[in-house]
Amino acid sequence: MSRDKPVGERLWAIAIWTLVIFFIINVIATIAAVTVNSFGTRWFNSWLPAGFTTRWYISAWQEFQLHDVLIVTFEVVGAVVLLSGLLGVPAAYALARRNFPGKQVVILLFLLPMMIPPITFGIPLATVLYQSHLGGNLSGVILANLVPTVPFVVLVMIPFIEQIDPRIESAARVFGAGTGRLFLHILIPLLTPGILAALLLVLVRTIAMFELTFFTAGPGSQTLVVALYYAVYAAGVRAGQSIDAMAVIYMLTTLVWLLIALRFVDPTQIVTRVKREAAAQ
Amino acid sequence: MSVTAASERIPWRVRLALREVDGVTLLVLPAVIFVVALFVYPFLYGFVISFQPKAGDWLANYRKFFSEPFLYDTIFATLWLAIPATLINVLISIPVAMRVRLMRHRRILTTILVIPITLGTVLIAEGLLTYLGAQGWFNRTLISLGLVKTPVRLVHNYTGVMLSLIMSGFPFTFLLTLSYITGIDPSLEQAAATLGAKARARFVHILLPLLAQGLAINLCLSFVQTFSVFPSAVLLGAPAGDTRVISLAAYQAAYEQYDASMASAIAMIMGFIQLGVVILILAGRRFVYRGAAGGGKG
Repeated sequence: MSRDKPVGERLWAIAIWTLVIFFIINVIATIAAVTVNSFGTRWFNSWLPAGFTTRWYISAWQEFQLHDVLIVTFEVVGAVVLLSGLLGVPAAYALARRNFPGKQVVILLFLLPMMIPPITFGIPLATVLYQSHLGGNLSGVILANLVPTVPFVVLVMIPFIEQIDPRIESAARVFGAGTGRLFLHILIPLLTPGILAALLLVLVRTIAMFELTFFTAGPGSQTLVVALYYAVYAAGVRAGQSIDAMAVIYMLTTLVWLLIALRFVDPTQIVTRVKREAAAQ
Repeated sequence: MSVTAASERIPWRVRLALREVDGVTLLVLPAVIFVVALFVYPFLYGFVISFQPKAGDWLANYRKFFSEPFLYDTIFATLWLAIPATLINVLISIPVAMRVRLMRHRRILTTILVIPITLGTVLIAEGLLTYLGAQGWFNRTLISLGLVKTPVRLVHNYTGVMLSLIMSGFPFTFLLTLSYITGIDPSLEQAAATLGAKARARFVHILLPLLAQGLAINLCLSFVQTFSVFPSAVLLGAPAGDTRVISLAAYQAAYEQYDASMASAIAMIMGFIQLGVVILILAGRRFVYRGAAGGGKG
């Protein structure tokens, strides 16, 4: 770019960067405020707490039964990741390799649960789950969370599968491999990066999925994010630092997986869902 | 006649395979059955039971909703949050994405911005309660800069919810806009620059028409998301006052009054408003620009 840009254009650039930096500072400060408060003894009328302690983590662990909540969270997330992979990858394979009649309808069917916000379909879904005695327990929470994640895996995996040369599969078929062996020995090894990326994103999304879990969880099937909501909702019952200690534990469980996921995917993919990098270069 | 006679002689398996329906195609079935059973069926079920109210005739739920200000006002309260938040997020995302696409180390910025999306609205609400509170760092900074004398009330009201919608919504709209803008072939803009078009003209005549499709989708997605705001409206807002949103009305009907029929009716009203706005935006896009859709990969 040339150095002799007009003044107006430069001011415009400065204004935009100021806005971006202001936004980022506020995001960081919001997260930092939670973290600092969770380690503070008393924080009143000063920039920083009077002293630092870790006792809120011990009290939060006991008060909010975080041991049980974390186990439920990992059970739900593990089941959702596994099942959405098992349902989603074969469906993506069929959609990537076959042009059957009604394919557009099927794609639309998978797009809708991702476009329609969970609040809108969550209440009718919870009603159906409660009527079939699946609401209020672990299986209901897992089923509800699968509704957006199965389509997510399907739509993320289609471009990955399309990249694989179909002649490799034809060769395997010539040598007598059935669809099962084809998956086990050819497709899964070739698709590992794609499956890993899709499932890690499912994992991060499921830990943070509030609405569907909130609507379907009973007392013994709350995940961390729902427990956090109830704690904030009933603020005043417990010490604020204790709630923030739980919030920090929640942030850690989410961000660790996000960091791992970001090794495999571009951040924009979390929003756009489709691998675009190849086309951008 | 001869065609049907010929097709009768071909076995059905071959006929299906010719239309690309075979064993591999059937792999799509488990996922389709799952989505039909847990997404399509509940939606239809909700639609049907919304016409089977606890008391009164089949339209009683809808009549009740549209005759009680306590209920129908939630539509306006939600729109009053969703429309400004959507416009702010999408409109600001355009100039910012225009700048960022020229940046070399984009990935650092996109990584930072993906954090608020990942953490979700509940955590942002809790963070903002501390950060924007009367004793929080934000008010403290404003006071020490001499901008205000007493702390500004930023939480437990409309402002708090709006700020949380921007904090969790802007990264989403921005990353979406960025992916649309980087998808436009840069040679198109270079060609216009060679022909002497200034930055503004290039934006209005080259980029904006190519972006129209992406922006329409972005507006739809972020409106639909902000219109279903729930945790932040309860935690950061005034859920009994001006941030009593429609999702809260649906929640209360379902889990406080145990009226699944009324709750489904409110969920359906919510869905129809979202659908209506989406149709409006997509129709508006056709009205604004009628050229080729998308920019290469948009």
